[in-house]
Amino acid sequence: MFSFNQSCWFIRKVVRWRAIASIAWSVLLLPPITSLLIFIIRFSVFHPTHWLSGCLGVLTEASTLFSMFLLCSAVILIAFFNLQYYTVVPSIPCSRVALLAEVLHPGQCLHSLVHCAVGMLVMWCVCVMAGGRYHTLHTPCTHSESGGPDLCLNEYHLFMLLAGAFMGYSHSLLGMVQNIHYVSFHIIQQYKYMRFKGSAWWLVKCSAVQSLYSVRNYIILYFLFGRVPRTWISHTLNLHVDSSVHSLDSFGGLCDVSLFYQLWVSGMFLLLTWYLTVLLFRIFITEPYRFPVQSLFSEDAEECLPKVLTENSVLVMKFLALQDLALLSQHSPSRRQEVFSLSQPGGHPHNWNAVSKECVSLLSELTQRLVAHHDVVASNGRTKPPSDRSDPRSSSSSCSVTSGTEDLPDSPHRSALTRTPASVFGSAVKGVNSPLTAPFTPDLTAPFSSPALRPLLSPQVAHRPWLGSVQSPHVTRRNPKLWSTSTDSQTNGSPAPSPDPAPKPAEQQKPSFLSQWLQNRKEQVKGFLAKRVLVVYLFNKLPEASSQALFADSQAHIWALEGLSHLVAASYSEDKYGVVQTTLPSILSCMLSLQEAVDRHFKLPHASSKPGKTSYSLGDSAYKTLRFALRATLKTAIYRITTTFREHLHAVSIPVEQQKRLQQFLEYKE
Amino acid sequence: MKKNHALHGSASFSPLNATVFPYDAPNPRGYVKTHGAISGARLKVAVRSMCSLALFPLPRLGGQVTLYEANNELVWGNSTECNEKQHWTPPSLHFPRETLKPHSCPESSSKAAFLDHRDTLWMRSAGAWRDAGLAGLLDEITNSSEEVPKWLTLSSGCVLALLRWMSSFHCSLFPHLTLSGEDMVAEFSQVLGWSDSAIRSFAWHPHTDKFAVALLDDSIKIYNSKSAITPTLKHRLQRSVSAMQWKPLCASTLAVACHTCLLIWHVDPNSLSTRPSSGCAQVLTHPGHSPVTSIAWSPSGSLLVSASPVDTAMMVWNVAAEICVPLQRVGGGGVTNLSWSPDGSRLLAATPSALFRVWETKMWTCERWPCLKGRCQSGCWSPDGSRLLFCVQGGTVIYALTFSDMTGGPKSAAVVADLSETTFSEPDGDLIVGGEVQSLAWDPTGERLAVLLKGNAESSIHSAIIAVFKTRSSPIFELLPCGFVKGEAGTEPRLMQFQPHFQHGALLTVCWSNGRISHVPFYFVVFSVRASPHGQGRGCAGVVGEEVDEGSGEFSRGSGRWDTAAGVWDHPGISAQASE
Repeated sequence: MFSFNQSCWFIRKVVRWRAIASIAWSVLLLPPITSLLIFIIRFSVFHPTHWLSGCLGVLTEASTLFSMFLLCSAVILIAFFNLQYYTVVPSIPCSRVALLAEVLHPGQCLHSLVHCAVGMLVMWCVCVMAGGRYHTLHTPCTHSESGGPDLCLNEYHLFMLLAGAFMGYSHSLLGMVQNIHYVSFHIIQQYKYMRFKGSAWWLVKCSAVQSLYSVRNYIILYFLFGRVPRTWISHTLNLHVDSSVHSLDSFGGLCDVSLFYQLWVSGMFLLLTWYLTVLLFRIFITEPYRFPVQSLFSEDAEECLPKVLTENSVLVMKFLALQDLALLSQHSPSRRQEVFSLSQPGGHPHNWNAVSKECVSLLSELTQRLVAHHDVVASNGRTKPPSDRSDPRSSSSSCSVTSGTEDLPDSPHRSALTRTPASVFGSAVKGVNSPLTAPFTPDLTAPFSSPALRPLLSPQVAHRPWLGSVQSPHVTRRNPKLWSTSTDSQTNGSPAPSPDPAPKPAEQQKPSFLSQWLQNRKEQVKGFLAKRVLVVYLFNKLPEASSQALFADSQAHIWALEGLSHLVAASYSEDKYGVVQTTLPSILSCMLSLQEAVDRHFKLPHASSKPGKTSYSLGDSAYKTLRFALRATLKTAIYRITTTFREHLHAVSIPVEQQKRLQQFLEYKE
Repeated sequence: MKKNHALHGSASFSPLNATVFPYDAPNPRGYVKTHGAISGARLKVAVRSMCSLALFPLPRLGGQVTLYEANNELVWGNSTECNEKQHWTPPSLHFPRETLKPHSCPESSSKAAFLDHRDTLWMRSAGAWRDAGLAGLLDEITNSSEEVPKWLTLSSGCVLALLRWMSSFHCSLFPHLTLSGEDMVAEFSQVLGWSDSAIRSFAWHPHTDKFAVALLDDSIKIYNSKSAITPTLKHRLQRSVSAMQWKPLCASTLAVACHTCLLIWHVDPNSLSTRPSSGCAQVLTHPGHSPVTSIAWSPSGSLLVSASPVDTAMMVWNVAAEICVPLQRVGGGGVTNLSWSPDGSRLLAATPSALFRVWETKMWTCERWPCLKGRCQSGCWSPDGSRLLFCVQGGTVIYALTFSDMTGGPKSAAVVADLSETTFSEPDGDLIVGGEVQSLAWDPTGERLAVLLKGNAESSIHSAIIAVFKTRSSPIFELLPCGFVKGEAGTEPRLMQFQPHFQHGALLTVCWSNGRISHVPFYFVVFSVRASPHGQGRGCAGVVGEEVDEGSGEFSRGSGRWDTAAGVWDHPGISAQASE
C-alpha cells in the first residue's frame, strides 16, 4: 500500500524494510510503556498495597489486552502516516498566508483528522485502563425529578476523550509548523541502539513538557467551550447531566489535582508513543546505506553509486547515496580505489566522472540559485537593463523555492529535488499547493505582487509604523533600497511602475487603454488592502525564511562538498592514473564560484541572523542552520584541497579572478 | 664539560645496561650501571625499550637556558643570545605576572558589596531559584521561617537535607565534584599551576605562523607572522580560559573553552581591527556542561568535542550549525581531557577517575581503559594515530598503547619510559629531576617527545623541568634521551606545545612561570612521513601510505648508522648559521 507500489528498487528493497523494522520496534516497545502507564496513572499515595494489587489485576484483564491491541493498531496507523509524510527537504513557508494555506491543505486536513480520531482512541484505551471514574461514558445516577435510577453522562470520560482529540490535533498542527516530518541526518554516525539510548530520555522530557502545554491549552479551551460538546453528546445519546456534581467547565470542577495529574500523564503517554514512532523511523531511515561503487554484473548497475547519485526521483536515496559518498571518501581507502579505477575494457574513469559530474552539477545548481536570488533582491524596485529583464530565469522569486510551487526554469535538478516523490503527500502538496498558495503569496505570479504592496510586505519596512499609512511619493521613493525580497515584476506582465521613470521597453508590451484601466483598478484594490492590518500581518514576510528556503536541501550539497574534497585530497597520493587531475580545474572553479555566491548571500539582511533555539519539541530545527553549516563546509573543503596540493595549484588553469581567490586560500587569509 | 654524575636514591629504577643503547644515542656519557633493578619477569619485556632520566645529559645550572638542538646536541647559552636564525622567528613574548590583573571576584556574585535589603518572600524565592536552582529555593524557604507556614519550612528543610545527603553521597563517589569551578579547571588543566600562571593557554595555528595566547586577565592575544596587528579578544563570557584550539582547515576560527561556555571566535585575518567585537564570537552552551576544561577539533575540521569534569557526557558539536550530540558514558564521573589522534580515527577521553576511554570516531564506540594507579593525566598520539602515550597521576612512567586496524587493538599498555626521581650531583649542588608528569607533547613529525615534569614546589633543587626524548618507531618503538629544556634561573615551565608545521625539525614553544614565551627549535632532518595535514584519516596512510612509511623507516635507520659513524651531522638549514 501507499508508496510501496513505487517501482524504484530502493523503496522496495531498503526503505520498506527499514520502515517495517521501525514499526515493529515501536509496537514492541508499546506493552512495557503501557504497563508503566497503568502503574503511574493509578498511583495513590495512601493505599500502596491496594494500588499494586489493583494494577496487577488490571494488567491481566481482557479489556486491557484488547486496549493494548487497539493501541498497537493506532501506533501502526501513525507510523504509516510518518512513512507517507516524511521528507528530507523541509517545506518552509515564507509568510503566514503560506503557512495558513498549508494548514488548510486537504492532505494536512486528513492528517489532522486522523490524528484527532487516533488521539481519541488512545484516550479511550487509557480511560479503560485507568478505570475508576473514567471507565465508561455513562454512570448510574439518581435523577432528581423522577427519583429513580437513571443513566447520566460521565463528564470525566468525555473530558478525557476530547483531550485526546485536542492533543491529536495539536500534535498534527504543531508537527506541521515545526516540520516534524522533516528527517535530518545525524552529524556523527552511531549504532541505532546508541542513538536510541541517547535520545530516549530527551524524548520523555519532550513529551512531558509538550503534554503540559497541551493540558494547559485544553483546559482553557474546555473551560470556555466545554458546554457545547457536553450538551450535544448528552442530547444525542439521551443521557442526563448529573447536576449533583460540579461540571468540569466550572472553577469548582477544574480544581481537581488528580484530574490534572491523570490528564497530564495520559497526554504524556499519547505523545510519547507517537514521538517514539517518529524517532524510530528517523533513526532507521537515516542509517547509512552502503552502495557498491561498481558491480561485476550489469543487472546490478542501477544499484551502484555512480548511477544512484544521478537519480533524482527518490530523494531519500539520493541523500543516502551522497552520505555514503562522503563516508567512503573519508573512511574507506579500498572504496576510494574503486572510484579512481579505470573501466576494464577501454580504460575510462567512468566512476570518477559520474561522481564528480554529479557533485559539480549539484554545486553549480546551488550557485545559480543563489545568484538568481541575489539578482532578484538586488534588482528589487530598481530598474534593470532590459537585457536582464528579458531573461525569464531571474524572475523566479525567492519564495518559490520555499513552497515548492515554482521551480527555477533552468534547473532540472531543482525541480526534481523539491519534489518528494517518496511520499505521495509531498507531490500532492506541490500539485495542489500552487493554486492554493499562489493567490496568497505575495511574490508569486499573483495580482498582489505589485510594487505598491511590496513595501508593506518586506519585513524591514513593515516594522516602521509610519509606513502603513503614509503613501507620499517621498516615502515610496525611499522604499526600494529597503526591499530585500520579492520578485521581478515581469511576472505580473507589467513593468514596475516604480517612482523612477522606468525605461519601458516598447517592444515588450503595448499598453492599451483597457489594460491600463484594469491595472489602475488593480492598484486601487491593492492600495485598499494594503492598509488593512490583517492583510499586512498575513502577508508579512517571515524574516530569514527565504534564506532558509534557499538552503533547504543543502545537506546534499554539504555531503557533495565533503565527498569531493576528501576524494580530491586523497587523490594526491592514491590516484594512480591521474583521473582526478583532469577534473580538478572544474571542481575548483565550481567551489570558488559557490564560495563567492555564498559570501554575497550572507551579506543580505537576515541571512546571517541565527534562529532562536526551540526547546523541547521533537520538530527538528536542523534545517534552520543548514546555511551556516554549508558555508563552513565549503571553506573547509577548499582549504582541504589547497593544503593538500599547495603550490601545485598554480598550475591549474582557472579564471584569473578565481586564481586570486585561490591565492587567498593558499595564504590562509580567507 | 662532561661531568660524570652519580645516581642517588633511585637505583631501583634503572633497568638498563649499556649494551642496550642504540648506536645513535647522543654522546653517551657517564651511564651508571645499576643492578638489582629488575625484579620479576614482568619488567623483562620492557627492558629493551625503556629509557630513564638517568641516561639524560646533564642539565646546565647557573642561569643558562636551552637554546636549540643541533647536531644531536642541545645548545645552551645565556638568555640574551637566545636568537636563532629562522625563516620567521616567532616573537619571544613576555607577559609579566604583575601587569595582569585577574578578576577580583571570580565566582561569587557581587552580593557582598551591597546592603542587605529585605525583599518580599516571592522576590527572594525567585532570585534564589534563578541563582542557585532548587537547592537555593529550598534554602531560602527554610531560612525565612517567620514568613511561611511551619509545615512548608519543615518540609523544605527535610527535602534540602535529603538533597544534601544525596549530593554528598554522589561527591563521595566522585570527589572532584566538591571542587569549585576555578579549582576544578586548575586541577585538570594541562597547565602547571594554572590558577596563578600568567599565561593560561597557548595555541599554535595548525597551518600558518600564527598563535593565540590566553592571559590571566581573561583576554586572548593573537600574533601573526604576516601582520603587525595583534588582535585582543575579550568577551563577557570569556572567564578562566582553560583551553584553546584553532580549527584545522580554516584560517580564522578559534575555539575557546571558558568557565561557563564554549566560545568560537571568528577572527578575520584581513581585518585591521585590534579589538574584534564580541559579535565575532559564537557562544555554545549546553546545560550542565560547565566548566569546560578541554576541547578538541577533529583533524578534518568538521567536528568539535568538548568535555567538562562535571558532565558525564562529552559533547560533539557541529559548530556552524550549533548542533550538539551528547555522548554519555556514566563511568568515571566526567571527562577531563581530550586528545584527537592526528589522523582523526581515535579520540582519547580521560576521566577524573582511574579510567580513560579511547573512542573510535567512525561509529563512535569506545574502549574502556581502567588504570590501576590514578586518573590519566595527559596523553598524546603519534602522527599516524597508531600509538598513544599517556601517563597517570601519581605514576612516574610513560605508558604506550599501540592500535592497529588488523589486530583489533591492544590488550595492555607497555611501559616505555621511566621518569622516577634522579639526582644529578654537581659541584654547585645537587639537582633532582623527575617525578610526576604534568603533560606530554609529541611533535608532528613524531621524532621528539617533550615531557613536562611537575617537580616539587617546596624544594628549590627539584623544580619543574621539561625532558625531551627522541622517539623511534622501528624496528621497535623506543624512547631515547635527548636532553632537558631549562629556562632562566628561578623560572619553571608552565605549558608547552610543538609548532605543527616547522620545516626544519620541531619547534617547541614553552611558556614560563615569569610570563615569558620562548621557542626552542630542534633541528634534524625529518624522515618520517608527517601526518596528513588534511585529516585524511586512515585513508591516506592506507594503501599507498604504507609503502612510503616503510621506505622512510629504512632510510632513517640507514642514516642513523651513518650519523654515528661520521660523528657529524649537518643540517642544511643551520649550516649557514654555524658559519656565521
